[in-house]
Amino acid sequence: MIVFDIIVFSLTGLGILFAVIRLLKGPTPADRVVALDTFNIIVMGVIALLAFYFKNSLYLDITIVYAILSFIETIVFARYLEGNHGDC
Amino acid sequence: MEIVSYIFMIIGGLFYLLGGLGVLRMPDTFDRIQAGTKATTLGAFTLLIGIGIANPDWLLKIFLIIVFIALSNPIGSSVLAKAAYKSCALPENLVQDDLKELFGGEDNDSN
Repeated sequence: MIVFDIIVFSLTGLGILFAVIRLLKGPTPADRVVALDTFNIIVMGVIALLAFYFKNSLYLDITIVYAILSFIETIVFARYLEGNHGDC
Repeated sequence: MEIVSYIFMIIGGLFYLLGGLGVLRMPDTFDRIQAGTKATTLGAFTLLIGIGIANPDWLLKIFLIIVFIALSNPIGSSVLAKAAYKSCALPENLVQDDLKELFGGEDNDSN
């Protein structure tokens, strides 16, 4: 079943690659925060996949903590962007 | 049972790929919020259900993660949309702006 493992990890890795490209070249700060949010959700899936691959349920606890921290991170960046009135 | 869990995981990985591709290829910020949040939420659900089918002992933790993602991800995307509106990341070909008289009261002198 190593073939299916390679397929799943390559699909999620391509998703991470696209999100990181948008994070690097985003024209506005809001685009970068959206790309960071997408990146965090995909990384949560990758950590859960590592729990499946190494047969160790400790990685699922890491996934829960990462989910809470990424949610707080998104909220804090969004509040920071709201106070930042541009020139429109 | 192994095959079923791998099918679920491959579908989840495909939705992750589509979410990342939508974030990369969509033309403006609100389309990127749509693609990057909804597709990856469905991908996370499907992939975690696949892992739970492969290991039925972990179903409680996986259920906790799914509930937390289902609660936190729409809240995050709506807060991001409001922040993107307020930080003036609007597209150029915007047809109608119904939030202008609600939010833009203090910005009327600058236009």
